[in-house]
Amino acid sequence: MPTNLASGADYDTVGQKRWVWPGFALPGVVWLSLLFLVPFYAIFAIAMGRIDPLLSRPVPEWNPFYWDATVFARVLADLFGGQLGTVALRTVAYVFVASALCLLIGYPVAYFVSRKAGRWRWLWLMLILAPFWINYLMRMMSWVNLLSPDGQVNQFLSIFGVTAVPDWLAGHHFVVILGLVYGYIPFFILPLFAALDRIDDATLEAARDLGASNSQTFWRVTWPLSRNGVLGGLVIIMLPMFGDYYTPNLLSGSPRTRMIGNTIDQFINQTTSQGAVGAALTIVLMIFVAGLMLYYLFSINRATAESRR
Amino acid sequence: MRNQWNKPRALVLVTGLYVLWSLIPVAIAVQFSFNDGRSRSTWQGFSTQWYVGEPADAASVLYDPSLRSALSQSLILAILTMLVATPVGVALAVGLARWKGRGAKPSNFLMLFPLVTPEIVMGVALFLVFDNLYDFVPFGTWAQFLGHVTFSISFVVIIVRGRLFAIGRDYEEAAMDLGASPWEAMRRVLLPLLAPALLASFAIVFALSIDDFVISQFLVGSAESVTIPVRLYSGARLAPPPSLNALATVLMVITIGAIVVAGLAYKYLGKRFGGGDDSALETVGRFEI
Repeated sequence: MPTNLASGADYDTVGQKRWVWPGFALPGVVWLSLLFLVPFYAIFAIAMGRIDPLLSRPVPEWNPFYWDATVFARVLADLFGGQLGTVALRTVAYVFVASALCLLIGYPVAYFVSRKAGRWRWLWLMLILAPFWINYLMRMMSWVNLLSPDGQVNQFLSIFGVTAVPDWLAGHHFVVILGLVYGYIPFFILPLFAALDRIDDATLEAARDLGASNSQTFWRVTWPLSRNGVLGGLVIIMLPMFGDYYTPNLLSGSPRTRMIGNTIDQFINQTTSQGAVGAALTIVLMIFVAGLMLYYLFSINRATAESRR
Repeated sequence: MRNQWNKPRALVLVTGLYVLWSLIPVAIAVQFSFNDGRSRSTWQGFSTQWYVGEPADAASVLYDPSLRSALSQSLILAILTMLVATPVGVALAVGLARWKGRGAKPSNFLMLFPLVTPEIVMGVALFLVFDNLYDFVPFGTWAQFLGHVTFSISFVVIIVRGRLFAIGRDYEEAAMDLGASPWEAMRRVLLPLLAPALLASFAIVFALSIDDFVISQFLVGSAESVTIPVRLYSGARLAPPPSLNALATVLMVITIGAIVVAGLAYKYLGKRFGGGDDSALETVGRFEI
């Protein structure tokens, strides 16, 4: 038991022994090493491992000196000029269109609630936060129901005499993209709301006092000040969108709308013995999103460093 | 001062339409969980048969074996995760905030990495490691529990850390000037000051775990380890009866309960001890996907 000697070299400013703080961190660090770092490494060990000839299942190779890139090379070849290339291009297209729509719809919403909602601001805030409390799968399931052949969407259309409708859930690009927008837009709006909310009114008043019009104030003050919120929001939604497989599966299930996530899900969850291909595809996915991950990593790190005094 | 009387009509319209679009589909799903009939698109009157109906009339959440087991699996997993991830995360937050040694920086990055890793990558990683290296851990509850704790720890650290920085070290130092030992100062000063963040962490980890789909699905074992979100996923396209809507509604009510507890804890306990900050909401919103 250390005594109250806050000055000795073995003690820090609150009088704890030097080993105390690493000791506090130890369980968490060990946990994350064993259940995050090692599993992360296992993706590489499996992708670059061998295939057991008898059981035809992948065998991990933990030593990088013996890594065998056969499977990985096959996946890369497929990526450049095979089926997988189409899937990857489609994934990128879906993610970009869906993100652009999120920006287009989400910016006015976040702007209104943070700066213009007035007296009822708390109510609007509750309403835009509500989707956070509702499970993603429930939200998707609701759309499956609405879009089914005898669902409410078709009932609604038939009021106007529109009966020649397609099967909405049979593999339409726009249905999957709308599903992605619907699913992820709340996660875009919230960080943007926070960024817009932080802008000091005095800054905008200063712009007005100096003679800026409404639109000049917006484009030359508000928009630049909210740019970090926009970037943060886009990164937050693009990361899970790139790895999504459940949205296209629920809203279409057709190979026409397959994304990278669907191929990973297929090789890991639905077929046994194809773990190596699944692992290699996961590495490909990570290469796709590495930039986003790093941007996000350093922005969180910066944010927490700033909150430190 | 700008003209306050010039109402931004277009913005109100866009926001109003957005809110309707984002909530009406879910409201309809909830409505049909109370339908007095098998249809999920034709309203046949109000009934609670899909929640508590006897098995002879309806496969209700209470009596249908697969729905009931999904509910209990989700609850068990969320409670276990909450009880383990919160203490480990709080200790890690305290340790990382004060440890100045050589390992502190890498440990900090190790903690941040799960936050920025897409869930599918974590799902694949955990699946492969339990399949090939830690094969003494069976798929199902145990693997899911380990996975859920792994993605929850970092959230706890982020929540607690904000509060730690806000508190600073002055109170502990004051307690020791008054004769408390360092351990006493921690137990009797720091811990009570951290209480709101602690309670908020419990509730948020509970909500994160019970809402999780990807990790639960990758680590699912036998039918008993199917959670509510996994059950919703596998049932949604098979023309399910309204009992699936009822199950989803139950999940929604549980999640809202947990979030309300978190919010209240943070707000009121935070006020009582001073220095409660409103950014907790934002923190959670930022990272909860």
